[in-house]
Amino acid sequence: MTAPLLEVRDLAVHFPVGAGLLGRARAWVRAVDGISFEVPRGRTFGIVGESGSGKSTTALAVMRLVRHTGGAIRLDGQDIGDAEGETLRRARRRFQMVFQDPYASLNPRKRAGDAVREALDLMASGSPAERPARVAELFAQVGLRPEQQMLFPHQFSGGQRQRIVLARALAANPDLVVCDEPVSALDVAIQAQILNLMRRLQDTLGLTYLFISHDLGVIRHMCDDVAVMYLGLIVEQAPRESLFATPLHPYTLALWSAAPSFDPNARTRGRRVRLQGDPPSPIDIPPGCRFAGRCPYAEDRCRSEPPALREVRPGHRVACHRVSDAGEPLYPAPAVAGAG
Amino acid sequence: MNPPLLDVQDLSVEFDTRRGVAHVLQSISFSLGRGDTLGVVGESGCGKSMTALAVMRLIPNPPGRITAGSVRFEGRDLMGLSDPEMRAVRGNRVSMIFQEPMTSLNPVFTVGEQIAEAVRLHRGLDRRAAHERAVQMLESVGIPAARRRVDEYPHQFSGGMRQRVMIAMALACDPAVLIADEPTTALDVTVQAQIFDLIADLRERTGTAVILITHDMGAIAEMTDRVAVMYAGRIVEEGTVAEVLQRPLHPYTQGLIACAPGRRTARSGEVLEEIPGTVPSLLERQAGCGFADRCRHVMPRCRIALPAESVFDDGRRRVTCWLHAPQEAAA
Repeated sequence: MTAPLLEVRDLAVHFPVGAGLLGRARAWVRAVDGISFEVPRGRTFGIVGESGSGKSTTALAVMRLVRHTGGAIRLDGQDIGDAEGETLRRARRRFQMVFQDPYASLNPRKRAGDAVREALDLMASGSPAERPARVAELFAQVGLRPEQQMLFPHQFSGGQRQRIVLARALAANPDLVVCDEPVSALDVAIQAQILNLMRRLQDTLGLTYLFISHDLGVIRHMCDDVAVMYLGLIVEQAPRESLFATPLHPYTLALWSAAPSFDPNARTRGRRVRLQGDPPSPIDIPPGCRFAGRCPYAEDRCRSEPPALREVRPGHRVACHRVSDAGEPLYPAPAVAGAG
Repeated sequence: MNPPLLDVQDLSVEFDTRRGVAHVLQSISFSLGRGDTLGVVGESGCGKSMTALAVMRLIPNPPGRITAGSVRFEGRDLMGLSDPEMRAVRGNRVSMIFQEPMTSLNPVFTVGEQIAEAVRLHRGLDRRAAHERAVQMLESVGIPAARRRVDEYPHQFSGGMRQRVMIAMALACDPAVLIADEPTTALDVTVQAQIFDLIADLRERTGTAVILITHDMGAIAEMTDRVAVMYAGRIVEEGTVAEVLQRPLHPYTQGLIACAPGRRTARSGEVLEEIPGTVPSLLERQAGCGFADRCRHVMPRCRIALPAESVFDDGRRRVTCWLHAPQEAAA
């Protein structure tokens, strides 16, 4: 196997809370608390989880937009986690980001063409004389018409704006594109347009995606490998088909069974894994498994001893005491398995 | 079928804008029996929320106005009621919950005061009885330690809990109809499942009819018996959820179902079906079908006129599309 394009080792992002002007932090929010994963070149790695799971913080840390407090990030062998100054700036052209809200991520006073051109200027990509042609090429790649370069963001629909954002991200010829909920703000019909576009771009340009979403359908459609995050940790990670066909962690099961099915004859109500309450605070993390307080299958051990993420089937890793080393659940099998 | 509790006929709404008149609802008709569940689905800007606001007579005027149609609730036309009469219906017999529970709760009053206000106003309960009712409602929507939490403020509740408070408030007066406008869009999927369970449990217990407005076909499949698909201010198709999902007739409905990613039936890795283009502007009243520009089956006559509505299965199924226009249906 070739070396992965992106390698994240024991990544931790802790934020201080309650720190005054001179005061010390009274506590820490452990938003991301030691996660590791690798993304091979040309593949899509998905992170799925609910609010507060740490998935967006992971994306921001990989982008070096929040400072990680532990662990290492390597891109194509180069340490980008600890790079600073000019080294970091030069490295940035190799990893770009697409955010959720295409309304907030474009300058309303800048014409669409200029927004893309600016990225080329900043990266000093090609000679200035070549750049207009490159902007035109990028517009064509994302399915925008050349004359639309002259328009301002408010003259575009949400889906078209996300196309501009993609064009801008691709301006630097990146290897890795980190996508944080790239279609969540879009209508479902427009989502399909953007997801198909992202797939096409991946095929033609050989892009690698780190893809963050709360939407299981989107994750299932886009990703080759998927990690499920809960309260700052990866609780389960597997190739897509394995994860959707045989989810093992009770949280993954709950997540899958909570997703509405498209088949009205297969309504999940009454058959789903019901979760009680809300996730605990990331400041005051329980001692054992972080999910134990909401888990219908938790035992005493779960509340005292944190389970390690271990491989139970080829490529399928899970952090749960109630799953055997052979990848068999030790809890009563729920009626619902797999997302609809 | 139950006699209609809520019967909406030919409801049309216009808004004045700087660029002209926007026809946001054009001849909307549907009816709802006691205990029924109706889903209203479509993209943003199709008129789903406007339908709810028009039924509640909450269209801001100006710039908006209801130009035609009737909304009969329990036999009375709501359009003919005076404002005080309408206020006696709203929040009492017909209630509504909105997408964003934080903006629909008043941050400076406790949740108990806000629930109690509804029952004091509509039921004439005294302060003590209203407070007791608030506690009871919070318990019924599954808020733990309701007696303590009733005196807390909205910011002390999580998103899912706030939506429960909204539901408690909406149901405090035992409404006959609950309109839920994207009630779970801002929530996580496991919390969404809890809220759906709650609405379904309450409906079974109280017989409240539910109109669920959403952009999510999955939510419709999960929650409702019938579904109306809206596009560009019109209902283009209506039927039972099972029939519409398994055999969608209107090309827009077909597209909405096919373009959802990651369903079990769709093989992973394949290209999603797209609905090209975007929702049209409602500023010009189109002669033909509003979906014509995005439709793969478009024919010349689609741009000239809209066909009459085709009705099948003893009125349980209706669609407005030339592909299913009456003469074709007979053939």
